[in-house]
Amino acid sequence: MSVSEPMAETPLSHTAAPKPEAAEVHGQPTPEQPTPGQQTAASPAPANQSARYTVLDRKPFRLIDLMLTWEMILVLLLVAVIAMNTSISPYFLDVYNLSDATVNFSEKAIVALTMALLILVGEIDLSIAAIIALASLIMGLASVAGVGTFGLIVIGLAVGAVAGAFNGFLVTAIGLPSIVVTIGTMSLFRGIAQVVLGDQAITKYPQGLQTLGQSTIFSLPPLPNSFFIFVVLAIVTGIVLHRTTIGRRLYAIGNNPVAARFSGIRVDRIRFVLFVLSGLASGLAAVLLTGRIGSTRPNIALGWELEVVTMVVLGGVSISGGSGTIPGVVLAVFVLGLTTFGLSLVNVPGIVINVLLGALLISAIAVPLVVRGIMRGLGR
Amino acid sequence: MQSNRRETLKLIAATALGAAVAPLSVTPVMAADKIRIAMVAKALGNGFFDACRDGGLEAAKELGNVELIYTGPTTATAEAQIQVIDALIAQKVDGIAISADDTNALVPVCKKALSRGIKVISFDSGVAPDGRIMHLNPSNNELIGAKCVQMMAKTLKNEGEVAILSATAQATNQNIWIEEMKKEWAKPDYAKMKLVATVYGDDVADKSYRETQALIKAHPDLKGIIAPTSVGIVAAAKAVVDAGLVGKVYVTGLGLPSEMKGAVLAGATDTFAIWNPIDLGYSATMIVAALVAGTATGKAGTSVKAGRMGEIKIGANNDAAMADPFTFDKSNIEKFAKIF
Repeated sequence: MSVSEPMAETPLSHTAAPKPEAAEVHGQPTPEQPTPGQQTAASPAPANQSARYTVLDRKPFRLIDLMLTWEMILVLLLVAVIAMNTSISPYFLDVYNLSDATVNFSEKAIVALTMALLILVGEIDLSIAAIIALASLIMGLASVAGVGTFGLIVIGLAVGAVAGAFNGFLVTAIGLPSIVVTIGTMSLFRGIAQVVLGDQAITKYPQGLQTLGQSTIFSLPPLPNSFFIFVVLAIVTGIVLHRTTIGRRLYAIGNNPVAARFSGIRVDRIRFVLFVLSGLASGLAAVLLTGRIGSTRPNIALGWELEVVTMVVLGGVSISGGSGTIPGVVLAVFVLGLTTFGLSLVNVPGIVINVLLGALLISAIAVPLVVRGIMRGLGR
Repeated sequence: MQSNRRETLKLIAATALGAAVAPLSVTPVMAADKIRIAMVAKALGNGFFDACRDGGLEAAKELGNVELIYTGPTTATAEAQIQVIDALIAQKVDGIAISADDTNALVPVCKKALSRGIKVISFDSGVAPDGRIMHLNPSNNELIGAKCVQMMAKTLKNEGEVAILSATAQATNQNIWIEEMKKEWAKPDYAKMKLVATVYGDDVADKSYRETQALIKAHPDLKGIIAPTSVGIVAAAKAVVDAGLVGKVYVTGLGLPSEMKGAVLAGATDTFAIWNPIDLGYSATMIVAALVAGTATGKAGTSVKAGRMGEIKIGANNDAAMADPFTFDKSNIEKFAKIF
């Protein structure tokens, strides 16, 4: 991964590489990383040449690199999905229909952004859907007690953040594996909603909250609020991850948390913050979803954690951490959302859609690995 | 070399997707002059709604110009059902009949459908009045209460001691039905058939079983038990079989064919009833077709013709009741036990 090319003529010292602690992490890792063997072969620094070399701030831009990324495969996949949907249904390429379609995945997509960061550092949060249920429940109780729209938004976000902090505390302070912790809190948080609500629903919400969840920010093009929020958050997350030192630290932690800690990165603090952010994003999703459907039931957002993880993994984020990009996740969100919408338009049963999405996910992950294996075999 | 690998990789990925979706691209595009009616289940893979679909298909065939789209979410949540309805609105179907996962949460999306000229009704489980033209109940309390008494009277030939085994003492539905039973019971036809006790099994199989045993001991001349609860009726029938009183004590009430098959075949139950999902799907489809065709308005006080189910009257809140519950006995239990 290291781009350590001998560049004798460039009189650059380490001052040109302003972030030495993250120097081993550059740009956007792709699934096609050189093997360790290639790496050592490619970067011999002969002792008789200049001992000074430069660690570039980022990889130089080459068109060929862009063409060969996982994101490019997703772009092709997206084009294929759009072409397919357009050919099988005359209703697909319709601004209003597409706008309606985005509403159905925007809330999940918002949570997918923070999930991508968590998976990137080698953690996971399976309690997100349960946090949505809990946040929606507390908002519902507050709404019945007469709290207004603004208060409900604050409560939803706060409950999400507190629930996320609880996960983060168990993972970082007590040192439990995040998958175990969040499977536990998944039952705990939704369990609270089930105990309080039973088979009842809370349906008394102020009009302001419903407007937030149901209306569009512009009328032409009809851009739903939730989708707009997702786009803004995706841009912010993308910039933070790919253009700041914070982002580099996340990659460092994901690749090797021990090395990251020895490099002076406060690994646990960052993990804790990411869990809080994951809870916060779930709280935001709860605000938008509760507003959109104007109702809280114990089964609200049931099963979303798996859909969100699917978005992230299809987006090319390695489930073992250390690589992946926000553009990839965003593309995967569209691939999944538009595939589901297109197939619904021709009334493919939801069960069959799930089978197809499962097959798509597995082939998207397995095929490159298998092909790489075959190619490597042929190459030798 | 490197780029070759990646090209191959991309090709394979694209081919995999193409292969996955290829069979779907041959889905026939529906004829434009047909009325397209969507029936939306609470969740797919539920025998009750599959039976509703069969009824809907029967209605579509009978009408000739109707295409039925049977769909629904994979999880029975409001947000999943909203997604399904959004897709139906997008393809501009003519009518939607929905069994709602959430009375209120579906109102906004159903309103959107209505505003685009789609005729929306709910059946089985209702959408709040704002979100639908009318709601079709499978039956109503009066018909259910009367049916229970009529079934018992038919089996006992209007004579003998009868007890009621209910759910909990606070159960809203059961209490209303018992009230309605008593109204029917007041008719002179049933003068020789006496209600001797009402007991509560709390919809727990074990407690219902023991309450039935106690009833049999306390009333040696007991001839019949009416259990207007699907848990109670099964437990009561089991208690009768276990006590060796088949042919002496008959159990009737409301139950599911799949759970009651054993009791009917053993002879502990002569007849029992529940709403028939096939008829419900048939009627819902007929009603939507009539609304689309403009031959019905769905307004309170009017009525709508629903083929073989006859005329269905629409009452307050645009609620309608389809028919009295459907009776099951030895002749049809095997067939329906497979359905729900």
